[in-house]
Amino acid sequence: MTNKTVLHAKHLEANAKMVDFYGWEMPINYGSQIEEHNAVRTDAGMFDVSHMTIVDVKGSDAKAFLRRLVINDVAKLEEAGKALYTGMCNEEGGVIDDLIIYFFSSTDYRLVVNSATREKDLAWINKQAQGFEVTVTERPEFAMIAVQGPQAKAKVATLLDAEQTAAVDGMKPFYSAQAGDLFIATTGYTGENGYEIALPAEQAADLWQQLLDAGVAPCGLGARDTLRLEAGMNLYGLDMDETVSPLAANMAWTIAWDDESRDFIGREVLTAQRAAGDEQKLVGLVMEAKGVLRTGLKVITEHGEGVITSGTFSPTLGHSIAMARVPRAVKLEDTVQVEMRKKHVEVKVIRPSFVRNGKKVF
Amino acid sequence: MSSIPSELKYATSHEWVRNEGDGTVTVGITEHAQGLLGDMVFVELPEVGDEVSTGDDVAVAESVKAASDIYAPVSGEIIEVNEDLEDSPELVNSDAFGDGWMFKIKLDDASELDALLDAEGYENSIDED
Repeated sequence: MTNKTVLHAKHLEANAKMVDFYGWEMPINYGSQIEEHNAVRTDAGMFDVSHMTIVDVKGSDAKAFLRRLVINDVAKLEEAGKALYTGMCNEEGGVIDDLIIYFFSSTDYRLVVNSATREKDLAWINKQAQGFEVTVTERPEFAMIAVQGPQAKAKVATLLDAEQTAAVDGMKPFYSAQAGDLFIATTGYTGENGYEIALPAEQAADLWQQLLDAGVAPCGLGARDTLRLEAGMNLYGLDMDETVSPLAANMAWTIAWDDESRDFIGREVLTAQRAAGDEQKLVGLVMEAKGVLRTGLKVITEHGEGVITSGTFSPTLGHSIAMARVPRAVKLEDTVQVEMRKKHVEVKVIRPSFVRNGKKVF
Repeated sequence: MSSIPSELKYATSHEWVRNEGDGTVTVGITEHAQGLLGDMVFVELPEVGDEVSTGDDVAVAESVKAASDIYAPVSGEIIEVNEDLEDSPELVNSDAFGDGWMFKIKLDDASELDALLDAEGYENSIDED
């Protein structure tokens, strides 16, 4: 059974090449993935992300529940509309999913989780909600469009009415606002400025068309992957999963340790792992020679072996980049080897962040 | 449906072969193949002067999605390679049967061409994929 988003017909209209993405028929590209990538880095592009799962958590215990559920601490959120990136772990400290939590009040939050993990996430959240005064409500009636790139906000602005313009005026990164029917957030998965816009599904095709008319390029999952990888953002299922600790997935910064009384799920195991200091770590790899680093390739270092979790050709940089999980003793600026097509190729280790706001950052 | 020019010959591994009529052939990959691979980012070509045999992996087309071996569709000597692909691998996407050609082979045995598929045979072979 294949799911289709409400924008499916718009994708076919634009000659998208459709692929199966965890049960959803989604556009991989509309002709050229690299041109779509470049549109986002230099102008504006948009993605149908309606397959992602929106879950509202409300109730008098909403704050207490989320402080238990996720590894980051929603108590940090004080301003209405503020967003927080976090992992959600199991008791063994493995990552069930990564998600963004939007804060409206201490009794009202919105979670956006991955579509590939929808069923297990909902099952887990509902199970953990037992005993808390909360309601957990999926919102499938919303579609979602991400508009990203240096010109994204200006192009969206041409479509907003006065009230909506006021609602998003001066919004900093990682905030959100309800603007009429549009829930507009300054979040994204590309390393560029822009919005993620959730709206009633029946209005999505019209907004998509208006954005097209405003010169926003439709972009598929192919470009979405190269953009997020250049930005050093993890993809669930590749860069981490339930068998991987957030400490080994460049997600340690999302763990809020400060409040020692906060008993978030996985805390005990993660605390022990942190003390032991022997978890692997996620680094960036750069290869300027010809060829493309790919997921699953073996990384050979003097401290032991690692693995490429995500690799691609970087259209912005013109060479290959990757994220790899390697022994913790590997240092930034080290040279390590990757086994490619029966040869060993030298690559450089850097922090896992390659391009932000159109520019190389290493 | 992507185009399959009737004047060319094909291998099931998605190479096309144009008989230049002077004992040489030009080889590239088909429109269908470039569509499967997506945007090309590197093309590794053989060396001029290399002696190749039918079925040898002689080149690599590396796209955003995957690296794919290109096989010699006939035996002979590599007499020319498309050096434009060094800087413009996207020619394979934009003009697979023209400017995106990869290499030329001087045939050892012209009768090898008879073993290749015609356009209809190739179309049937990709329908079975």
